[in-house]
Amino acid sequence: MSRVKVLMLRAPGTNRDGDTQIAFETAGAVVDSALVSELFRGEKKLLDYHIAVIPGGFTYGDDISAGKIMANEIRLRLGEDVQKFVDDGRLILGICNGFQVLVKTGILPGIRGAGQQPVTLTNNDSGRFECRWVYLRVNPKSPCVFTRGIDMMYVPVAHGEGKLVAAPGVLEKLNVVVQYTDEKGNTGAGYPCNPNGSVNDIAGICDDSGRIFGLMPHPEDFIRATQHPRWTRERRRRTGDGLAVFVNAVKWARGI
Amino acid sequence: MYRVEVWVKEGFPDPRSEGLLRDIVDLGIRTVTRVRVSTIYLLEGKLTDAELTRICRELLTDPIVEDYVTGETPAPAGARLVEVAYNPGVMDPVEDSVKKGIRDLGIATIGAVRTAKKYLLWGNLSDDELASISDKLLVNAVVQHVVARREAVSLPPAHYNFRLQTVDIAAMDDEALMELSRGRFWLNLQEMRAIQHYFRTLGRKPTDVELETLAQTWSEHCIHKTFKGRITFNGRVIDNLLRSTVMKVTDELAKPWCLSVFRDNAGVIDFDGRYAVCFKVETHNHPSAVEPYGGAATGIGGVIRDPLGTGLGAKPIMNTDVFCFGPPDYPYEKLPKGVLHPRRIFKGVRAGVADYGNRMGIPTANGAVLFDERYVGNPLVYCGTVGIMPVGMSQRGKQKPGDLVVVVGGRTGRDGIHGVTFASGELDKESETLASSSVQIGNPIMEKKVLDAIMKARDLGLYSRITDCGGGGLSSAVGEMAEETGVRVYLEKVPLKYSGLSYSEIWISESQERMVLAVSPENVERLIEIFRNEDVEATVIGEFTDTRRLELFYEGNLVADLDMQFLHKGLPQIERRAVWEPRQYPEPDFPPLADLTGDLKKILGSWNVCSKEWVIRQYDHEVQGASVLKPLVGVDNDGPGDATIIKPLADSNRGIIVANGINPKYGDIDPYWMAASAIDEALRQVIAVGGTLERLALLDNFCWGNPEKPDRLGALVRAAQACYDIAKVYGTPFISGKDSLYNEFETGTESICIPHTLLISAIAVMEDVNRAVSMDLKRAGNLIYIVGTTYNELGGSHYYAIHGYTGNRVPKVDPHRGRQLMEKLATALNRGLAASCHDLSEGGIGVAAAEMAFAGGLGMKLYLGNVPLGEPMERDDFILFSESNTRFLVEVPPRKKKEFESVLAGVDFAPVGRVSRGPRFEIYGIRGNLVVSADIGELKEAWQRPLRW
Repeated sequence: MSRVKVLMLRAPGTNRDGDTQIAFETAGAVVDSALVSELFRGEKKLLDYHIAVIPGGFTYGDDISAGKIMANEIRLRLGEDVQKFVDDGRLILGICNGFQVLVKTGILPGIRGAGQQPVTLTNNDSGRFECRWVYLRVNPKSPCVFTRGIDMMYVPVAHGEGKLVAAPGVLEKLNVVVQYTDEKGNTGAGYPCNPNGSVNDIAGICDDSGRIFGLMPHPEDFIRATQHPRWTRERRRRTGDGLAVFVNAVKWARGI
Repeated sequence: MYRVEVWVKEGFPDPRSEGLLRDIVDLGIRTVTRVRVSTIYLLEGKLTDAELTRICRELLTDPIVEDYVTGETPAPAGARLVEVAYNPGVMDPVEDSVKKGIRDLGIATIGAVRTAKKYLLWGNLSDDELASISDKLLVNAVVQHVVARREAVSLPPAHYNFRLQTVDIAAMDDEALMELSRGRFWLNLQEMRAIQHYFRTLGRKPTDVELETLAQTWSEHCIHKTFKGRITFNGRVIDNLLRSTVMKVTDELAKPWCLSVFRDNAGVIDFDGRYAVCFKVETHNHPSAVEPYGGAATGIGGVIRDPLGTGLGAKPIMNTDVFCFGPPDYPYEKLPKGVLHPRRIFKGVRAGVADYGNRMGIPTANGAVLFDERYVGNPLVYCGTVGIMPVGMSQRGKQKPGDLVVVVGGRTGRDGIHGVTFASGELDKESETLASSSVQIGNPIMEKKVLDAIMKARDLGLYSRITDCGGGGLSSAVGEMAEETGVRVYLEKVPLKYSGLSYSEIWISESQERMVLAVSPENVERLIEIFRNEDVEATVIGEFTDTRRLELFYEGNLVADLDMQFLHKGLPQIERRAVWEPRQYPEPDFPPLADLTGDLKKILGSWNVCSKEWVIRQYDHEVQGASVLKPLVGVDNDGPGDATIIKPLADSNRGIIVANGINPKYGDIDPYWMAASAIDEALRQVIAVGGTLERLALLDNFCWGNPEKPDRLGALVRAAQACYDIAKVYGTPFISGKDSLYNEFETGTESICIPHTLLISAIAVMEDVNRAVSMDLKRAGNLIYIVGTTYNELGGSHYYAIHGYTGNRVPKVDPHRGRQLMEKLATALNRGLAASCHDLSEGGIGVAAAEMAFAGGLGMKLYLGNVPLGEPMERDDFILFSESNTRFLVEVPPRKKKEFESVLAGVDFAPVGRVSRGPRFEIYGIRGNLVVSADIGELKEAWQRPLRW
């Protein structure tokens, strides 16, 4: 069986590419990276890979709004390739800035007839960029292939524009994958459990196929046990909670 | 020109508007009921209606949460309007992004873009109130102005006609030489005479750019002439303070793991035989005082380029920041004219550092914030960066004659050219002078692109040497690189932001986000291609020679021709006088209170001690995924960790510990013991988290007043001497350092000198991060030990401060005993004998114990009668709040008691208490009396409240 190949899609300002690479490599994949411009110049081909991931960062400084310029780059210049990639049964993951990009391209939530961008990620209710750890509960009914078998996760967020807001009538159609909760898994726990004021505590969503997944928190930053903020005082884990997301993706991609 | 205004729809979070309203209330203005901040985009070019609509809908506006309007819009009824734009020539990175975004839409007809902010304020506010809001919150005249009329989007093209400027220096008398120097070159008479002599011998007039180059190379900032000068201190001559103190430690210790010290842009130590780590801390004080956001952002941007320009280029892996400000509650009416309020400086600096560091993807994982009234006019902003690189790349590179000089990164403008004025591009042709070019906004995404491209080019071996382009611009960067070879530079080849710069301005500009590389001709094409792929300009501007001369050309004309020997070695050694006399402060005579709970809460809530979570959370401290001990620790992730640990390599358990020691209050009594305490504190923090002294290196960062005043310089000499005495015995070498002198603020009637401030930063290699220990209490029933000796040392303490005293008994350091103690404690921690450990600093036992308790969510019972004392002490308050150095509180599980005690045998230590279940925090005095009794929740609240902004 050939190795699963992951392409990290970068733009100037991408900065969690190293973290994401370690996560996918730990999960057994081979990781390559390319600027979006390298793809539309034809130097690298999206279809040579099984998984595409847009890591966190501040692409183009998050000028105008977070992820907006990279989203337009992808939508206007790579749209067809992305469509083929998805139709072909491959996986796309967007983390933090990558999630913002997926939402602003309209690739997520990918609801037909809902307009070009029916959902957005906007300023946190706190009005601040915040870096803190959050509990996530996985929706057991979600079709998302990245979160299979996962019940809860504890991972960090680091963003200023992570509040999910949907156009009228869209919210109930979303495939919610992960929600912010308290440590017992209860939603509705309020700030700071929900760090940004996201509607319905939504932290991440997927498309109908479950193969395109975007989330604000950073599973790639909890791969090893000693990344946990309380590892010096709690029961030692073998690995970090976030690793399963990448293991699931690689496992699925082996079947492509 | 097209004008688009974008704002957040009602009902969605609008932090800019909400934050502004809060700041207005903080100013004491209650009449404003509502605020709306919009972004204005001004687009120059030709568009169809459909194109304009497309730009608005698909690029500039979020379809769900934002609205827009095109064209001019008057203020709605009942609202006041203020529109603010950047001054012409001030870099606004958003403009480039907007242009790119428009091109991506397939629209190629927009030539220039500007942005502005529009503020609408509702409420019954007076003109005075509006002016106050505008002045204190909306506009910083250094970089911004209120838009009063239609302005041009782009600067009108300026033309520069070459004319060689020379200065007739040969005939000048001393007075004329100083007249020439003042306000432009800042050289003293001796130095000006040396220059005069050089050109007399050559028999020609110097050009302006030659004088500028000499002035920059010989500036205090670049060459540290005070530290290298001849100082007469209390009658004794010190030849080169740097070599006889800080550097002498390193020379004498001769640690084989010190790979490159005091030579390159950062100090380098060996990490694990495969990799080397480097560390540098810089200051950016004056720019941050006038434009906090831009000044601090370019400060962190500058220090990030130091590791990047060390060896053959290190990857930045962590930032640390230490700020000193005036108190946030400083009364507005006491503020000297022209000075920004400490709260505004604090908020601006924090935002500048966070925005730059976060965007660069470098975790800001360690730091401190201190306050003192003497920082009001002159805040301090220390920024530090740690980098990592393969050991084989850790030495400064060497270029060959024939190698090309390549400048990479941002374009060159008038940024940072002292005293330069230039015309703005207003439509009415009125010119506006700009004395502001010393500050700019900084473009972290440019620097990120430069970083990404350099890492690729480095790994392909495409350049032979690298350095950063910071203070002093190309003059400093190229001039230093070429010292051993010689160089020829063609200044017209340097890519410019706008036309009209003279050859001299090009050479000395301090535009940000630039690096200089030496590249052999056969590699240059490949190198330029690598940079182009990352969307970064790389431009050949000259070549290295074997002439040992600095030769500058502009359009074929020779504009400078200096001998490298004179440029780098011709500076006459400076002579200065220094005195130091101890100062006596009144000894406190207040009686102790029977209940010290209130005093403990007061200290916990003092500006220096209180929680800095508000700052820390706004830094990304997780990016790069390397964190092991974070800045906030404990059961609720909000306790104050001692030092930060990162694990930089995925395939190794080795870690890097970073800590900072600083306490300017002690310097008021004796700068010697301040320096000693700062070193001891930095080392304590490393030990407290499980580190050792074995591979631990220090950085010194002196921020001082005017060294031409003998008392300031005397204090500096005292501090430097302590650096030698203490670090030598601890066995911890200095690997790099920096000084920022002349930190004084002229009010017109007096010169306020900052407190003598020495920041000691420590970097230590930890063998196995799994041995890390955090400071939060872990388990009820565990024993609490104090390790170290407590003396009656409350001079400069927080306890005295809350009672209005300074005192004289400043904490001292016995480095021989200190070293023995730290080595034994390190052994105990590495054997896993401690559940938690916290170093004792500001607020002594009381503060450390309280922090451990509320960070762990557990109570504690502590008995002061058991504390080992170095001298008789009768007062509970003194024992509780003494700030004696080299002390720790350690939590030990009862089953490890024996082993812990046997490891520690030989040093002062004693069991002083126990961790208790439940929230009670109790401290008993030497007579068995209860002196502190509180719930940990109350203590935590006292500690968290002040900076819960």
